[in-house]
Amino acid sequence: MSDSNTKAEKEPMFSAKVLKLLKNPLNLENPITVQVLGICSALAVTVQMKPAIVMALSVTIVTAFSNLIISSLRNTIPSRIRIIVQLVVVAALVIIVDQLLKAYVYDVSKKLSVFVGLIITNCILMGRLEAYAMGNKPWPSFVDGIGNGLGYGLILVLVAFFRELLGSGKIYGMKVIPQALYDSGYMDNGLMILPPMALITIGIIIWVQRSKTTELQED
Amino acid sequence: MENLFNLFVRSIFIDNMIFAYFLGMCSFLAVSKTVKTSVGLGIAVTFVLLVTAPVNWLVDTYLLKPGALIWLSEDFADLDLSYLSFMIFIAVIAAIVQLVEMVVEKFSPSLYNALGIFLPLIAVNCAILGVALFVQERDYHSIAEVTVYAGGSGIGWFLAIASLAAIREKITYSNIPKPLRGLGISFIITGLMAIAFMSFMGIKI
Repeated sequence: MSDSNTKAEKEPMFSAKVLKLLKNPLNLENPITVQVLGICSALAVTVQMKPAIVMALSVTIVTAFSNLIISSLRNTIPSRIRIIVQLVVVAALVIIVDQLLKAYVYDVSKKLSVFVGLIITNCILMGRLEAYAMGNKPWPSFVDGIGNGLGYGLILVLVAFFRELLGSGKIYGMKVIPQALYDSGYMDNGLMILPPMALITIGIIIWVQRSKTTELQED
Repeated sequence: MENLFNLFVRSIFIDNMIFAYFLGMCSFLAVSKTVKTSVGLGIAVTFVLLVTAPVNWLVDTYLLKPGALIWLSEDFADLDLSYLSFMIFIAVIAAIVQLVEMVVEKFSPSLYNALGIFLPLIAVNCAILGVALFVQERDYHSIAEVTVYAGGSGIGWFLAIASLAAIREKITYSNIPKPLRGLGISFIITGLMAIAFMSFMGIKI
């Protein structure tokens, strides 16, 4: 209780610290390629761009709001039962998102099938709740949630872009590879649509990212 | 009977939790550094799946499905509680994991020590909730089917994590390009293993 009340002076809404929360997850602390969180649902929805974008948005919203709620409640949650409290908050948010998706984008919701429900056990959520929201004020936690959701979405969209482009010659459902190329013998790579290539694509993304930012390399 | 066997083999090899649906990837990548711990986790996951999936199926069939509450009274014939299923499933899983932990600790301390820290972690393993949701989505008709499917999925997960751990132990001494070490190469190995598992596709028993 004390830490939130004693600090009377107000920080600006978008101080450098808060902006960093938004920017870091995009590269240096990317939830997927660096923190290894939330891979479970990340790979299966990346055959096409559209479900990937919807999934990324849903996760961002759920992460941001669950961070906000848990962070506002953090001083009243007994630490012994915090996991179940977190799960209930997250599950409630996911139910709302699921019902919204069913109502407004039914075809995408069918494609995502069980993976909307699996946002509940997405490790990004639990990871961020435990690591950040339990110890920080609501506003930075909210921003942290948005940042991590976007970092997750970035990888998702990137993987979906390559898989859709190489696998079916489309971007966001539109043909981009000209017919002339097909006539001269080009073929879509059917393997890209199958699950294994999602793993290999992420492997390559990690490779590229770590060659650029050497401090992330493991030995 | 044939149907059940078919389902069992399918869920191990073709609909493998890791290679076809990427469920439980987080712990899959984080824990697969040594064979011993990954075998422990694999057994724990299979065990929890075998308990939670049938319970969740019962809850779904007798409480949540549209018209499921009809055994209580005729008035509930068109009551549909299925929108609650996420919350109920995860609560059931968390509760059962806690219960399993206590029971195992009481009756088999050696197993408890072997599973150790993995048991509580399993509550948030996507594979567990994933199986519950797949069972709901695919409309399995009997508890036998559900149990067989859950067992098969667990064994498939176990096989995947144990083999990845074995490979990772072997490649510790290989000369991998620096940026690819650790996480990167694990992803690519998993991808290659998934391609290998795809050769089971189309097998009908």
